Amino acid sequence: MSMTSLLPTLVRRERASLKATLLAPPLALAAAILLNLGLYVLMGRDPAAVVHALLLEPFLSWSSFSEVLLKTGPLLFIAQGLAIGFRAKVFNIGAEGQFILGAIFASAIPIWFPQAAGGWIWPSMLLLGAIGGALWAGITAFWRVRLNANEILVSLMLSLVAAQLLYYLLLGPWKDPNGFNFPQSVMFQYDAMVPTLFAGTRVNVSLLIALALSLAAWIFMQKSFMGYKLQVGGLAPRAAGYAGFSEGRAIWLSLLIGGFAAGLAGAAEVAGPLGQLQRSISTGYGYSAIIVAYLGGLHPIGIVVSSLVMAAISIGGDNAMVSANLPIAAVRVFQGSLLLAYLVAVAFVRYRLEWPQITARSPS
Amino acid sequence: MNAVEFIFAGMLAAATPFLLAALGELVVERAGVLNLGVEGLMAFGAVIAFIIVYHGGGHFLGFVAAGVCGALLSLVFALIALGFRANQVATGLAIGILGQGLSALFGKSYESMTVKGLPKIGIPGLSDLPVVGGLFVQDIVVWLSLLATLAIWATFAFTKTGLVIRAVGENPKAAHAIGYPVIGVRVAAVAFGGMMAGLAGAYASVVYTPLWADGMIAGRGWIAIALVVFGTWLTGRVFLGACLFGAVSLMSLAAQTTGLDLPSQLLSSLPYLVTIIVLGIISADRRLLKLNGVASLGEPFER
Repeated sequence: MSMTSLLPTLVRRERASLKATLLAPPLALAAAILLNLGLYVLMGRDPAAVVHALLLEPFLSWSSFSEVLLKTGPLLFIAQGLAIGFRAKVFNIGAEGQFILGAIFASAIPIWFPQAAGGWIWPSMLLLGAIGGALWAGITAFWRVRLNANEILVSLMLSLVAAQLLYYLLLGPWKDPNGFNFPQSVMFQYDAMVPTLFAGTRVNVSLLIALALSLAAWIFMQKSFMGYKLQVGGLAPRAAGYAGFSEGRAIWLSLLIGGFAAGLAGAAEVAGPLGQLQRSISTGYGYSAIIVAYLGGLHPIGIVVSSLVMAAISIGGDNAMVSANLPIAAVRVFQGSLLLAYLVAVAFVRYRLEWPQITARSPS
Repeated sequence: MNAVEFIFAGMLAAATPFLLAALGELVVERAGVLNLGVEGLMAFGAVIAFIIVYHGGGHFLGFVAAGVCGALLSLVFALIALGFRANQVATGLAIGILGQGLSALFGKSYESMTVKGLPKIGIPGLSDLPVVGGLFVQDIVVWLSLLATLAIWATFAFTKTGLVIRAVGENPKAAHAIGYPVIGVRVAAVAFGGMMAGLAGAYASVVYTPLWADGMIAGRGWIAIALVVFGTWLTGRVFLGACLFGAVSLMSLAAQTTGLDLPSQLLSSLPYLVTIIVLGIISADRRLLKLNGVASLGEPFER
């Protein structure tokens, strides 16, 4: 008997397993935690201290949990937008750039009109940011639909360009003249800030907007004809073509929605916790949100949960950096291994393992 | 040295990280697999090689270890994307994030440290030519990369191995029916691609710019993937594309030193902008892509 015949094979299930669908994310999380704890032990860290800082501390006090909620907002915005595209098999991985453009567009109002006052300012900033993100994603859509170029590569390249554009603005025309040469803009006026939700915390109204958009995403994908067309296009492109659903329109729509949501997140970041345009406006939200979208099963409700989990891990990573001397890069290692673990776990939704029957020949 | 001489002298070295990674991805894609984790595989190879060379292990050992580690990390991709038939796009992205995270984690205490590069070897006679002479003075890795390019071209053009890889990528069902181990060939191709990405990263960190900085791969892994499309899955064209990108990245350097009045951020974006533009031009020719593209690219194989 050869070696390969001892390995189990994947056999397609008659129907997708609901149990596996629901169990996949928590199991993947548990597997990723165990794997990474092993890594921390190898690095000579105290695993108990890391577990405490990474997984418990974010939930132990209202002040740190409010920081988790603050980080949930942008992840939730971006991941909801991305998931709609991923379901239509449009792989926009350039949310990072769309987020940056959203922040830049939103910052234009307070930077150009620092004296302006009134309740209209922050809503206009959010709207302008969303438009900026959508425009940036629109470049990718044009390249994909009209020029047939791969959207993965174009959107990623545009993210790298967006980062350079941000540095240009912050080192040049938009640099705070009294900022000691730091790459940052002036601080925005009071009316440019999204109102906070709970006194004493930095959580603001944008979290409510993100939740409202999650509900809208759910209605769009589950109830609307347009959402249905997008999903059919992703699952069965040929069938969608026969039914007269335009592939080009699906790509445009997916990218514009994704860019709009990511731009909104970028705007909410500068008009919220930051209060100015900075070089480090994003700590990789655009990339983390890809993981959030998958981990939430590309489902609007699942994404609400997964964005909270990912935000907690990110805050926990900050804690662990201080209290357990863990490098911040450990959070990215954790995120990467979490997505890999999820992809393995989710295989069992459609497949089951079948072990070769080695005992078949032995007399019973 | 004027700008033209500068570009001729440096082009091949600048092109080598692109070339090695793109050649690896070319073989992977020819076998019908899309591995988007190249950026992370390169970053991982880069940090491994840097640590070994920094501690006196030497360049040879550094390159070997980077190649082995790149291959091992790409085998994780193979296990999940080919073994568990997971979405190849998502798996590749996850490997990329993991590789970049590991690179930052291992490289943390080496930030801004330097190592010695490799000596240049000139071809007597040719290296004295005016203007283009610099083209013939290169380090050993560049010369070996050129040999690797030739070897991969010859493999696809003349050998049965090349034919089997292409058959597996074009029509896995038929290849399986004839008796070729589709998954086995794909796993081997992925491991080869991982090794090449690891070597590409090593070249970037211990030869081309022998200084450790987090994020030093700076999108070169993604450009390498784009190069495979530019080259329409043909070895010779991938090589030309890598040379073009070597020249472009040098041009942005040259422009900065000659004091051309352009924002440095625009020059830094040049490779990315060129990628976007060329990708648009090549892809717009749908017939060309159809003619040379790999039919089963990114699709899982089920018997």
